[in-house]
Amino acid sequence: MAGIISYGAYVPLYRLSREILAQVWGGKGKGEKAVAGADEDSLTLGVEAARDCLKGFDKSNVDALYFATTTAPYKEKQSASTIAAACDLREEIRAVDVTDSMRSATVALTMAMDAVNSGSARTALVVAADVRLAPPDTPYESLFGDGAAAFLIGNDNMVVEIESSSFITLPFMDYWRLEYDKTIRWWEERLCREEGYIPHMSKAIQDALDQAKLTVADIAKAVIYSPDKSMQRDIVKRFKFNPEAQVQDLMFDSIGHTGCALVPMALVAALEGAKKGDKILTATWGDGADAFVFKVTDKIKKMADRRGIKGYLKSKVSLPTYGKYLHFRDLMEWEHDLFMERRMALAEVWRYRNFYFRFYGVKCTKCGHIMLPHPNYCIYCQADEKFFEQVPMADAKGKLVTYSMDIRSRAIDPPNVLAVVAFDGGGRFFSQMTDRDPDHIEVGMGMEVTFRRIHDALGIHNYFWKCRPVRGE
Amino acid sequence: MRESIKDKVSIVGTGCTKFAERWDADVEDLIKEAVDEALEDAGIEIKDIQAGWVGTGRGSQQVPMGPPGAHIASAALQTQYIPFTRVDNLCCGGQEAVRGAALGIASRCYDCVLAVGVEKLKDTGYGGLGEAYPGKWEPIYGALGTPPGRYALAATAYFAKYGLSAQEGKRILAEISVKSHYYGMRNPKAHLKREVTVEEAMNAPMICWPLGLYDCCGVTDGASAAVLVPSSEAKAYRDDYVNIKAFSIATGPGFLKEDERYDFTYWKETQEGAKAAYEDAGIKDPRKELSLVELHDAFSIAELIATESMFLCEPGKYKEEFTEKRAYYHDGEMPVNVSGGLKSFGHPIGASGAREIEECVRQLQGRVKEPSRQIANFELGLAHNQGGHPGRFVPGIAIIGRP
Repeated sequence: MAGIISYGAYVPLYRLSREILAQVWGGKGKGEKAVAGADEDSLTLGVEAARDCLKGFDKSNVDALYFATTTAPYKEKQSASTIAAACDLREEIRAVDVTDSMRSATVALTMAMDAVNSGSARTALVVAADVRLAPPDTPYESLFGDGAAAFLIGNDNMVVEIESSSFITLPFMDYWRLEYDKTIRWWEERLCREEGYIPHMSKAIQDALDQAKLTVADIAKAVIYSPDKSMQRDIVKRFKFNPEAQVQDLMFDSIGHTGCALVPMALVAALEGAKKGDKILTATWGDGADAFVFKVTDKIKKMADRRGIKGYLKSKVSLPTYGKYLHFRDLMEWEHDLFMERRMALAEVWRYRNFYFRFYGVKCTKCGHIMLPHPNYCIYCQADEKFFEQVPMADAKGKLVTYSMDIRSRAIDPPNVLAVVAFDGGGRFFSQMTDRDPDHIEVGMGMEVTFRRIHDALGIHNYFWKCRPVRGE
Repeated sequence: MRESIKDKVSIVGTGCTKFAERWDADVEDLIKEAVDEALEDAGIEIKDIQAGWVGTGRGSQQVPMGPPGAHIASAALQTQYIPFTRVDNLCCGGQEAVRGAALGIASRCYDCVLAVGVEKLKDTGYGGLGEAYPGKWEPIYGALGTPPGRYALAATAYFAKYGLSAQEGKRILAEISVKSHYYGMRNPKAHLKREVTVEEAMNAPMICWPLGLYDCCGVTDGASAAVLVPSSEAKAYRDDYVNIKAFSIATGPGFLKEDERYDFTYWKETQEGAKAAYEDAGIKDPRKELSLVELHDAFSIAELIATESMFLCEPGKYKEEFTEKRAYYHDGEMPVNVSGGLKSFGHPIGASGAREIEECVRQLQGRVKEPSRQIANFELGLAHNQGGHPGRFVPGIAIIGRP
């Protein structure tokens, strides 16, 4: 039986305090929510979580990738294929976006398990990420945050085994977005709670417990999805879960409701505190319900080097104003930009896809130097490029050589920090620096790279790598 | 066997427009204004010109097809079916125009040629210069790599290498800007005519850390022109003609930002260009032999580093050798940018290189329009302008002197 052999998660650096929202809209604000940077979207959040998950694993065994999201950057154009390239997976895999439902991630998890169980994939990667938006001045605006989690599914050396699962699929409508909606719509919550959430979550949970021949008392942690701040309480009460000991915090006060990534992220948080033998229940609502019972194995110890939720929550930068948040999520009609229209060339990106997506440099076999991007001749010994070999650089760490901070840049979040990074094992990267605190940048500081959306020239989301101060360690 | 260009080509006329935000003039008007002055200065008419070179990066606006051809000059001047060529090497475009013209004379294909550099930057509707168009690696790899963003990398690196605090470093740069504005104030054709103090410069609004408002040149419209003839025939035009002693262009291989050996505190390309130019001109000790250096100072840090990179002082010794000695003033030991420089005179990209040559010529002829900045006993002048950005430069260096 397939199970989880690795996991990872990602929380973006930025937080919006709910006090700031209260200052703008009134009411009381408690806690904060994680906000994807101006250069992040569900795809890039997913890449971060996937890279955390794949750390130390042989990527050549990954035969399938499932990307779960309700906020894919494109309506037509797969995100999973870009994630696969940014994670440096082989090209000979299958990949798909599993979209449109709060249960996309749990269904994707099942698809991945089925693939491994059937033998059609040795391992399969499941990535869940969302950057879900609600209308301003609603409780959901305050509740929703951004984040991602990833699981590697396999059938050897399992960290988490699966004991049981149950599924219900319903044409139930509670939350939705139309084709051009940026923010969600919803029906009165009472319908969702009384007719949808409570009865069907209850049934899914009971089915999963029954199948595994377990009772509520056997469960170490229950990860119970909640569409809003409070609905979860009804399930907790009904099953008599001990709220302190047994119910996994959904991290609404520190991260927020992360859409279809909510249960995956909370599951990672539960696993970070789990020990061998723990039984973990998950239950998710959306177009029906599903529930799983997982069992933690002694391999959980090997997961200590994941950054995960814990690691990524260690560093943060608070957005100073609501205006900054509006810019980050592009929630207003802005000044018309007379500046020359940005251009790019898809053909150039395609020619150098190993550089743009996989962040490969080249190594000159004549003199040993690493270079990126790829010159036609070695810049050190002028050897022809036929003497170059490709070198993956995405996991390299380095030191900041020099930087500048452009206050008047067209960046969405100025100052735009230009940086030069010298990688510890050789190679130099001239780069934009992201996820930085402008008051705490110093020549010599430790840097790593991260996959980001650079700009939207010609109506294309143009992704590439940036450097950032090392996070989450 | 290669021959130096030294003393083969003379400049017999120079012209320069008022540098400013020229709402009154388009690119062709600017060309006409500069060329009219140069022709009058040489005592000739446009029909005497046998060939022309126009240096411009953009023509008048930024369009995906790029700037127009040399018709911007032939149409502006109504030249009649003579060869006219547009040349471009970014900020080195004005130098390239003069160099093209000089090579035309040195080859003896022509007897009298025209060089003009021009840029019309203020018809775009926005400040600044815009961004790069698709080419290799741009504009995703180099996205948002603005000119101040790229030059400021060198300021941070210079401060770090020589142990200067941000305040110490900014003070050295502020002194340069004070000097540039001092001379801009004393130059009738300069764009920025206002003196500033060190305190004003240091406390000015930040543009791109660590460079503030007064560390950056403005965005300027303008043109500059020169008439060139063989040195053997120059006397027929005027007694005080000026000879080209050397002309170098040192196009870098362009991957220095990515090169582990490069630390951003020197301009490698300018070092190479200076060596080549000094050799052709026979200059052994540039600080002693040069009367004036007009160099590319689109940013104050660019002046500091170009000064060091042309071997006018030891690396890292700028503060001692220039700031503290006030060596860069017109009556100092090594005058630099006493026109006001790109910083205060203005920097219409393709015009600047030609404009620097014009300044050197007029200084040598003792014809500086505002006498208070006239350099005494002028022998050799150097005009340096570089296109590109730190790590990817193409500098042009012209040295001119008496016959």
